[in-house]
Amino acid sequence: MPARAVNDFTIRVATVNGSGSQSSNLVLTNAIARLGIPVAPKNVFPSNIEGLPTWFDVRISALGYQCRARHFDVLVALNAATWQQDVGGVKSGGAVVHEEVFPCKGDTLREDLSYYAVPFTALAKEHFADKGDLRKYLMNMIYVGVVAQLLEIPLSTIEEALRTQFRSKAAAVELNMSAVRIGVDYVQQNLEKHDPWRVVPMSGKIDGLLFMEGNRAAALGCVMGGCTVAAWYPITPSSSLCEYFIQYCDRYRVDPQTGNRSVAVVQAEDELAAAGIVFGAGWAGARAMTSTSGPGISLMAEYAGYGYFAEVPGVIFDVQRAGPSTGLPTRTMQGDLAFAYTLSHGDTKHIVLLPATVAEAYEFAMAAFDLAERFQTPVFVLSDLDLGMNPWLTPPLQYPEGSFDRGKVLGADDLASMKSWGRYRDVDKDGIGYRTLPGTNHPAAGFFTRGTGHDEEARYSEMPDVWERNLDRLNRKTETARTAVPPPVVSEKKSTKVAILAYGTTHHAVVEARDFLRDAGVEVNYLRVRALPLPPEVAAFIKRHDRVYVVEQNRDGQLYGILRTELPTYLIGRLQSIRHYNGVPIDAHAIIDPLLAEQREPAVVAE
Amino acid sequence: MTANLNIIGLAREVYKGLPTTLCAGCGHNSITNHLIKALYEYGVEPHKLAKMSGIGCSSKTPAYFVEQAHGFNGLHGRMPSAATGAKLANRELVVLGISGDGDTASIGLGQYCHMIRRNVDCTYIVENNGCYGLTKGQFSATADVGSTQKGGKANEYSTIDVCGLAIELGATFVARSFSGDGKQLVPLLQAAFSHRGTAILDVISPCVTFNDHVGSTKSYAYVKEHDIVLHTADYIAGGREITVDYEPGTVRDVELEDGAHVLLRKLDVDYDPTDESSALRTIHESRERGEFVTGLLYVDTHQQDLCAREHMVKQPLATLDEETLRIGREDWDKMMRPLTET
Ligand SMILES: Cc1ncc(C[n+]2csc(CCOP(=O)(O)OP(=O)(O)O)c2C)c(N)n1
Ligand code: SF4
Repeated sequence: MPARAVNDFTIRVATVNGSGSQSSNLVLTNAIARLGIPVAPKNVFPSNIEGLPTWFDVRISALGYQCRARHFDVLVALNAATWQQDVGGVKSGGAVVHEEVFPCKGDTLREDLSYYAVPFTALAKEHFADKGDLRKYLMNMIYVGVVAQLLEIPLSTIEEALRTQFRSKAAAVELNMSAVRIGVDYVQQNLEKHDPWRVVPMSGKIDGLLFMEGNRAAALGCVMGGCTVAAWYPITPSSSLCEYFIQYCDRYRVDPQTGNRSVAVVQAEDELAAAGIVFGAGWAGARAMTSTSGPGISLMAEYAGYGYFAEVPGVIFDVQRAGPSTGLPTRTMQGDLAFAYTLSHGDTKHIVLLPATVAEAYEFAMAAFDLAERFQTPVFVLSDLDLGMNPWLTPPLQYPEGSFDRGKVLGADDLASMKSWGRYRDVDKDGIGYRTLPGTNHPAAGFFTRGTGHDEEARYSEMPDVWERNLDRLNRKTETARTAVPPPVVSEKKSTKVAILAYGTTHHAVVEARDFLRDAGVEVNYLRVRALPLPPEVAAFIKRHDRVYVVEQNRDGQLYGILRTELPTYLIGRLQSIRHYNGVPIDAHAIIDPLLAEQREPAVVAE
Repeated sequence: MTANLNIIGLAREVYKGLPTTLCAGCGHNSITNHLIKALYEYGVEPHKLAKMSGIGCSSKTPAYFVEQAHGFNGLHGRMPSAATGAKLANRELVVLGISGDGDTASIGLGQYCHMIRRNVDCTYIVENNGCYGLTKGQFSATADVGSTQKGGKANEYSTIDVCGLAIELGATFVARSFSGDGKQLVPLLQAAFSHRGTAILDVISPCVTFNDHVGSTKSYAYVKEHDIVLHTADYIAGGREITVDYEPGTVRDVELEDGAHVLLRKLDVDYDPTDESSALRTIHESRERGEFVTGLLYVDTHQQDLCAREHMVKQPLATLDEETLRIGREDWDKMMRPLTET
């Protein structure tokens, strides 16, 4: 029996889009977590509403690895169209639960797998003839029963998970439980388990955790960060961020007596308008955000540059998907890093936050509003589909302690006590001027915000020295930002000179890869970049290493490119780029394999 | 109140801005002067005024009046969204948008439509010269079919009538005027300030440099000859007595949301500005005749503006603090219970 067979394998559920398998998938996931076993679900779905293949992987990992596993061991095959392909992908020794009518002989039959044929359709027809549209959902719950029985998940645990799923609605729980029991009974009466895969309750690994998607966490960050104006245009995988924000606002931003709302959310006509609303609102003093994905930030480019140059705060969430154009709209990538960092024409450099976890999606959302106001500039939060739309196990999010950092804002009283002020004067030598908000009741408060060249007093100017001075000051602001953005997370042992550098969700594959490499005798240090502009710790870290593998999920090595532009030349030769870009989240072997190959045959490094 | 101070005690000087950098004689400059008069007489508080604009000669206008006020010279065609954001952030602001016909009817057509659709509370002026001034004379989408460029080239494409379009989209205040007609424009501007919702003012404003020749339908001479004035207007601020100094029966009194009135003095037509289809018909027919009808074309004082529809709190969103905005601790802890969310 493989050692991995208990609490360490991956289940793949293969279904058809629109078949309503999402709740059964989540019930199964939740049930396994309730046994104390770490799980990492990944939904791989098509850009389509109904009829195309979709897969849901539940990685079960006693060690707590959260990244995608490259292979799967247990298949629940419910899609006739992908049946052959799905069976072909099961790891040798794996188990297959399938709809009885799928052909299991001849070409498809792999003798290295265990098969469990279940007449799902017939069972659903027989038991739920009167349930109409509900029948397809109930049929999916039958598979939950089958899998629960085969993996030895207690029925009571499934019932708890159902209660979570249906928010304790007794009738729904009872009905779905009856479907689960049909699956359990079928296995008991007709099948004999002849595979090693099963789960066993454990403790200590995920106590106190809850499931949450990154987009939900980011939405909560927006609420707690004091966002009062949101403007958006629907695009997968970012839509749920604003939808969650609306949900929370409906609940917590409405005065129960008057029905008045302390928030405004506009579904804009396009991303350009969304950006305009954000910067208009940011200029007038509100904390404003929009959420989008790659195609949306292209449209926002001109306003992003305006916001940078006219120095107007605004928060832009980019939940990345695979591009360009529509690309793979429901797949994941870290493809917008270079674009977002310098989004717009001319010399532009934005603050970009790079959350890797649900907790960071929440914390960075809050931080984004503070940074935007403190630096009076657009702030991008770049997550991706994997973080944004998949549920992850996370510690409860922390209630914020501090208050908003509204940055350098002068009120009427401040102005009254000042001899003079200029909007773009660098009084504190940090590149950040003082601003006033429209509505400030003082004759000196008003100034003209423009995208044209302007001097320290916000007066129109095309003078070469004025222009240059202004750009230099903006650069000074960037330098200040380097030390104010979330610093990198470093995990380092002095004994090795080899390191990995990564950001965002790639992190989870790095964690697993490092353990694997350690077992293989290769110790690697690790630095996780959490923001641009690059904080000084990054160069210092690279200096301490001979070889630094820059791991990311795009074809061209975008962070690698930024490092090559911004690092001192003598450090560049130490970098080696490792990329993964097929649209599904990176797995540990995408790092391990090229890294080991490199280690065996290191390229000649010019120092 | 002394003779030259307005109702909030400010001198006319306060409503002036920087010296214009537009061509001498540009219609936009006349509009600026009428605006200064309108804002001064209306008594707009400078610190509450948000001057928003896009890009173009027209969009430079906000620099030339009320220098004390905050200005936002945004992107080409994308001012309506910024104006929307500013109003949402601080609903106490008096939002005044200034745009060109290229800005509004070409690159910004989408935002123009959606601002109207949302009925954002603002005054939106289109300084309409039928051409692109700042990029040197290309046709805009409001150029009339058959009208010519300075070099003689005729426009073959149909025109977008920003007033007709606005009414079609459900605009709640639509007026057309001429930069040379301060008598009509000033009270219309004041009525627009009083209106709660998007007030569209399409002001024909000849470009003396690129579009003031024979063959242009937006030249001074052409507009002067073909301007059909539906009515001149008087603006009576809310709470003030309406004095009637004209023959009864030749005036129409439109009461605005804040209690102000605009009195339309009829000259030669019997016109009802609350009748949507007759407004559209009037615009169509005048265009067919190659004329510009000017005056308050359409008004609807019964629609809610964006902030009202969104049920926003009265206090500006920009000033709300942590205590008001954050979820309470108890609710938070409830939400963060382990394994409850999927
Ligand atoms: C995205 C973008 N495209 C093009 C331009 C160039 N541009 C500047 S002003 C202008 C036309 C302005 O015309 P209009 O709005 O009619 O104003 P006018 O100058 O006639 O008053 C154009 C095309 C620009 N600034 N931005
Ligand atoms: S080019 Fe035309 S629109 Fe521009 S300032 Fe000169 S006259 Fe006015």
